[in-house]
Amino acid sequence: MSDTPNVVTGDLEAPTTEAPQELSESTSEVAENRREVHDMWVAGSEEPGWMRSYTDEGAQEMLDAGDEPVQEIYRGTVVTDDFIEDEPADDDELQILNMGPQHPSTHGVLRLHLELDGETIRRVKPIIGYLHTGMEKTAETLTYMQGSTNVTRMDYLSPMHMELAFSLAVESLLGVEIPERGQAIRILLTELNRVSSHLVWAATQGTDLGAVSMLIYGLRDREYILQFFEKTTGLRMNHNFIRPGGVAADLPDGWEEDIEQIIGKVEQGVSEYEELFNGNPIFRDRTIGVGVITPEECKALGVSGPIARGSGINWDLRKAFPYSGIEKYDFEVPTGKHGDVWDRYIVRIEEIKQSLGIVRQVLETMPAGDYRTEDRKVTPPPRKRIDESMEALIHHFKLFTSGFKAPAGETYRAVESPRGELGMYIVSDGRERPWRMHARTPSFNHVQALPTMMTDSLVADIVATIASCDPVLGDVDR
Amino acid sequence: MSIYSSLADAFPSVEFEKVLDPPQDVAHVPAADYPEFVAAAKTAGFDVFADLCGVDYLRRDPRFEVVLNLLSYSESARLRIRVGVPAADPKLASITDLFPGANFYEREAFDLFGVVFEGHPDLTRIVLPDDWEGHPLRKDYAVGSVPVRFKESPKAQ
Repeated sequence: MSDTPNVVTGDLEAPTTEAPQELSESTSEVAENRREVHDMWVAGSEEPGWMRSYTDEGAQEMLDAGDEPVQEIYRGTVVTDDFIEDEPADDDELQILNMGPQHPSTHGVLRLHLELDGETIRRVKPIIGYLHTGMEKTAETLTYMQGSTNVTRMDYLSPMHMELAFSLAVESLLGVEIPERGQAIRILLTELNRVSSHLVWAATQGTDLGAVSMLIYGLRDREYILQFFEKTTGLRMNHNFIRPGGVAADLPDGWEEDIEQIIGKVEQGVSEYEELFNGNPIFRDRTIGVGVITPEECKALGVSGPIARGSGINWDLRKAFPYSGIEKYDFEVPTGKHGDVWDRYIVRIEEIKQSLGIVRQVLETMPAGDYRTEDRKVTPPPRKRIDESMEALIHHFKLFTSGFKAPAGETYRAVESPRGELGMYIVSDGRERPWRMHARTPSFNHVQALPTMMTDSLVADIVATIASCDPVLGDVDR
Repeated sequence: MSIYSSLADAFPSVEFEKVLDPPQDVAHVPAADYPEFVAAAKTAGFDVFADLCGVDYLRRDPRFEVVLNLLSYSESARLRIRVGVPAADPKLASITDLFPGANFYEREAFDLFGVVFEGHPDLTRIVLPDDWEGHPLRKDYAVGSVPVRFKESPKAQ
């Protein structure tokens, strides 16, 4: 991108790594002796320094601080941004590298076409479509009742948000009001889903930067939430639980204790992650000043969610266009200011805490009442009524054979998914199937913004940047 | 709201329609005014690109429609822009110079609907293979099915 500034001005926090100490006489002597012993006994050669003459492996000496600017950028001691200002190389010195689609660090089947100048990335082209299954076409063949089984498979890490966006759009076409308990259950489940999605991000971000134990911690804590989902909805993912008209069922008995346990365990887990990451020099070095995107670029590229908030944009659809009664709960929108990977980490960790706060408030204020609308044209009657009432039987039959019809019109409803603005655009022609359904998915924009974040940075920062974007390729390709 | 009315005054050819859920305006823009209108909307405050997609209305004239969603962070407002594109010559000006974020979305609309965005830097198929024939989200493109051959059931003795 030509509008990428070479240097981001601002008060970037200096990383904490210190310049390496000079080796004292005695330590280098000890190292010399050890090498001689190694040469004699391990390598089987009495010729001194035979190994050093070929390679410096095993020497493990740090380079002097302040040798070259590139070395300092590596260390992050003088870094204000990850962009490297060198003379661009000739075209014949540039190297083309294909990363993906089968690469573990691309979080799915994302393919990056990289043009490298040594260790520096000069151009990036994301290539997508490897997971395209035509879900928007499929949606046109499914009724509104069946539709949420389809959309929940798009973003498989936050299925609840996909279902919620679809249900809100259909309800806005129908003009159906959802009872308060149904809305509170929706908020409870989507906020738990936000936490579980961010935990997967924390796990993968850690793994991609070499902290493999983070994968185990993140997935361990996510498991508590998935178990609750399994208990509530019957499935661990692709729930089809939030449906047009409300939710599929009431919460199971004893859900309060489960939620209490989840909050306690995840809060403890998050404090563990902070202990692990916040002071970690490797993590700070690899994230601070890496993958920078400015607020103007975010706006122009449609980048939303934690990435935009990491750049300092105070924007959250839960505050701007509240849905499902989220305005009743008290929470804050965390923002960063540098727009780098580190700020996105800070924002997401804070969002986990805020979401747990919302979950706690829902737990304390869960209203009694119905969990889905009483409108029998939209929700099926209870099982008992079918035996007693002819009306109920007809409604049930009509709903499950042909489905309900939505009035002609078009609507766009968006929710704040863990990745950003997740919108559903539905055009209805007055029949029981959508004429057109379009999903505006946040990962699509974020993959598009990868060149802006990566151009003129180092190859080693690719995985850190991709992981911080948290793309879900099912969401991108649909 | 003033943010909409200033746009309405500048473009008399554009029809505005109020939508209540969520509250916002929908602008029906003639294809000739489309890039100027988007540029004016951007300067009026709708400076955030949200969404762009195509719709095929099949029996309506113009057959295709391109729907653009813009956001304003400062006013907390949305603007939906609907542009008709005729089937005989499905061409529309690209807005990638105003909003670079439209790049992938216009490629997607081209891929799935065959709407050609003039001035797009790299208008190629995005989610389908390059050698794919047809544009699948058009209404005259059948969903299709793969014929399944079941084994013959054993004959009754």
